[in-house]
Amino acid sequence: MAVALQESQSPGQLWQARLRRFVRWITTPHVILSIIMIVVMFYLVIIPLYRMVVTTITVSEMDLRMIQGVEIGDLTLYHWIRMLTGKIGQLMTYEPLVHSVTVALGATFLALAIGGLMAWLVCRTDIPGRETIHMLAQVPYIMPSWTIAMAWLVLFKNQKSGGTMGLLEFITGAPTPDWLAYGAFPIIVSSGLHYYTFFFLFISAALLSIDSCLEEAGELAGAGRWRIMRKITFPLVIPAIASGFIMTFSKAMGTFGGPNVLGLPIRYYTLSTMLKSNTGIGNNGDAFVTGIVLILFAMVTVMLNQKIVGTRKSYETIGGRGFMSKKVKLRNFKPIIVAGVVVFQFIIAVLPLVLLVVSSFMLRDGNYSLENFTLAHWLGKGDIKINSGEPGILRNPKVWMGAWNSIRLSILTALFTALSGVILGYAIVKGRGTRLSKIVEQMSFIPYVIPGIAFGAVYIAMFTKPVGPIPALYGTFALLVVVSVAKHLPFSARSGVSAMLQVGKELEEAASLAGATPWRRFVRIIFPLTSTGFVSGFLLTFISTMRELSLIILLVTPTTAVLASMTMRYIENGNDQQANAVIILLIVLVMIGNFIISRFRGGSLKKGLGM
Amino acid sequence: METPIIVKNLTKKFGDVVAVNDVSITIEPHEFLTLLGPSGCGKTTLLRCIAGLEDPDDGEIYIGDKLIYSHVKGISVPPGQRELGMVFQNYALWPHMTVYKNMTFALEIQKLSKEEMDRRVKESLEEVKMSGYEDRYPREMSGGQQQRIALARMLAYRPRVFLMDEPLSNLDARLRMDMRTELKRLHHISDATTLYVTHDQLEAMTMSSKIAVMKLGVIQQLDTPDKVYHFPGNLFVADFIGNPKINLMPGWVSRQDLVDMGKFNIPVKTYNKRGDVVVGLRPEDIIVHDTPTDNTVEFTAYSVLPSGADTTIIAHMGDTELIIKEMGVSKIQMDQKIWLSFKQDAINLYDKETEDLIQS
Ligand SMILES: Nc1ncnc2c1ncn2[C@@H]1O[C@H](COP(=O)(O)OP(=O)(O)O)[C@@H](O)[C@H]1O
Ligand SMILES: [Mg+2]
Repeated sequence: MAVALQESQSPGQLWQARLRRFVRWITTPHVILSIIMIVVMFYLVIIPLYRMVVTTITVSEMDLRMIQGVEIGDLTLYHWIRMLTGKIGQLMTYEPLVHSVTVALGATFLALAIGGLMAWLVCRTDIPGRETIHMLAQVPYIMPSWTIAMAWLVLFKNQKSGGTMGLLEFITGAPTPDWLAYGAFPIIVSSGLHYYTFFFLFISAALLSIDSCLEEAGELAGAGRWRIMRKITFPLVIPAIASGFIMTFSKAMGTFGGPNVLGLPIRYYTLSTMLKSNTGIGNNGDAFVTGIVLILFAMVTVMLNQKIVGTRKSYETIGGRGFMSKKVKLRNFKPIIVAGVVVFQFIIAVLPLVLLVVSSFMLRDGNYSLENFTLAHWLGKGDIKINSGEPGILRNPKVWMGAWNSIRLSILTALFTALSGVILGYAIVKGRGTRLSKIVEQMSFIPYVIPGIAFGAVYIAMFTKPVGPIPALYGTFALLVVVSVAKHLPFSARSGVSAMLQVGKELEEAASLAGATPWRRFVRIIFPLTSTGFVSGFLLTFISTMRELSLIILLVTPTTAVLASMTMRYIENGNDQQANAVIILLIVLVMIGNFIISRFRGGSLKKGLGM
Repeated sequence: METPIIVKNLTKKFGDVVAVNDVSITIEPHEFLTLLGPSGCGKTTLLRCIAGLEDPDDGEIYIGDKLIYSHVKGISVPPGQRELGMVFQNYALWPHMTVYKNMTFALEIQKLSKEEMDRRVKESLEEVKMSGYEDRYPREMSGGQQQRIALARMLAYRPRVFLMDEPLSNLDARLRMDMRTELKRLHHISDATTLYVTHDQLEAMTMSSKIAVMKLGVIQQLDTPDKVYHFPGNLFVADFIGNPKINLMPGWVSRQDLVDMGKFNIPVKTYNKRGDVVVGLRPEDIIVHDTPTDNTVEFTAYSVLPSGADTTIIAHMGDTELIIKEMGVSKIQMDQKIWLSFKQDAINLYDKETEDLIQS
């Protein structure tokens, strides 16, 4: 009968019906939103990557001096050959690559070890003060990633390259060895101590969500505690470990602050600092080769990792609020372990801040006598003998402008990220199972595997010239917002999806049966039910943008400088105390922001991280 | 209002799964029609296609005389304009709105006056015996109360058609019984065309004016509950309906009015067909005797299960097993010899090949 109906239609009617069906499909809200997001992400991710590749194989004005007999715009393999072969390849690519991988792997495994151990202690033993430990473990999250590196300098720097000595050298009188002061070891330790918090949060969430029945069943089957851990608990937290690994490794590969602070004094270059120094001299062709190597390497690692553990699982929120299983009794070890944890958290969360504060009060770096203490770096009027005549940071209009830039950048980024979270979440969840939804989800995931500094480099490639309707944005504040929002796309998609999933689809369907338009459904049903999730997302984005450095370091100009980039500028000028004061200011601003935002609708750091 | 629902050749696929397969069904005005079938057979999908929440792959749907969906014409009226009310399995009450707000959401869209809205809310709440709950939030009510509010929300909207997807499945047994009573009365009073989905045959039997039994996206039989029970159209329906289950035994029509069961014969109505059949016999259509009489077959009582109102007896002969239901408390003891006779009119024969009911 259906066939009969079809045959009775003239070709004209058939086409009309097809057109109607197409129009109906394309006017479905989630299809419209999907298409909009695909176009936006195409502009923000795909085209920049493409431009970056093109730049490395096109002759630029600067290249004319190096290559004979070519014109601007010709194709060339010059940059690739130069960067990947011979002595220059060795110095500018392979050595930094080895350094980057060493540092990233080291930091990741250190973070995993510490985070895993802490998570186990908090979730599976009878350790006291669980809440406090949990809270303190989040502190590194609100500090810029290179805070510990700066504090490290205060403690361990030697006079060799910096000129002034650290606290250790001052106390012992013996020069601190280079390996302890600069290079791989301090970079690994300082970033590992910073990133452990991801592993801690992921793993403890996973541990808490494991249904205790699973472990009890093992116990009833006669398995010992160690066996249960190996055979039951560990496999269940592997997805959490894997997502922590991807996140940390990719961040550590692309991190700029730590290697810049602790690596440069002994010319220990990583890909990220190499990238910066090449763009610094305007050699984009060379710099982008480095960027591409960095991106490829991070992607390959992430893919390998996904292949090995099958991480798809880890992106689903782990269900079921499992009940606490039986606690391991720490018995006699309790005091020692508690002391260990307290000391450790003090070293990570409190000591760096203390060191930075103390250092910011010292008139001359490296002089630890009492009369050297001053408020000059905070409130000084600007003495030509101090800090090249710059006034104390609280009186310095440049610092205030940086603070204002930081704040408005973070707020704008958080707003747009929340907005794209709503859109992405809706488009992906409503379209679940369709190809369109899959494309949107996968596209939004791409920035996740592009290390921060390389992502920034991608945007130099993109916006030095106008692209389509978008003007040349290089050097503008808007570009910083665009790059920050784009880098947060994976996060917005993930938090948007999990917020949307919490609203049963029937709630929206009931509204559409009642005759509500898509807009009304959004305003009256979806938004009120997801707003808590988005406040948390907003908070998280605000914080992570405030302390973001790697992503924007290649894109800031003196007028668009933010606090994070100013600290680097001060360090380069040798004004460590001022840099430290700015970091403190930055952290205080983050904490104020955290306090204000978490007042709204119960948003919290924990919820935002998807715990 | 005369509002039939006419579904023609409706098909809906999810990837390779054909959830609804070329279904044609007419729901007459004022009818209470139940879609009944095991879980996963496509009941919800069919309902959602009618509601407009799912986009079918083929077919047509009319509500009243209005074409609301047609694949070949490319027509699909949005859910909100189909004038349907729906009760969802999990109620889908908006958690951030009070009962009043939940109920007036649709009315606001219709731009009703405040007085009219108040009046409708009041009336509807009275109908479901929930007066005075206007200011509660969904989470402040029990499951049974939420379910009544979901009903009231639909009633306040005054739809032409009621759609309900397993509305009682989340309630406990007691409440379910009460709500069956209420729902049936509600339909009796409102007289709205109702399409009801359930996998619970008792619900379907007790409330519906018609039952459509579904399997794998296809409607197996559409009939009154009485017909579906006493004349199941095929072996699937026979097996699915009835508790305790129908007895299905292979046999062979040896004479026009006799089925050869191997060890014994069963006299039946006159059939023209010969050959392999399956005999369908409801447990209550077997009569137990404690002494042999004419036309009885000797069995042994394997197990006797009294439940108060009736007694279920499991009888064995060799490897033939029969389930028998006797009213009241039975005198039969376990392992006792019993003699069975069969109500000739109640026996249905099914073709062994096609599994369809053989007409006498
Ligand atoms: N959104 C969906 N995506 C994919 N398959 C679905 C979806 N909804 C239903 N199905 C499949 O369609 C079939 C019918 O489902 P459903 O209509 O929900 O059955 P019922 O309501 O009778 O239990 C099932 O096999 C189910 O797995
Ligand atoms: Mg269903």
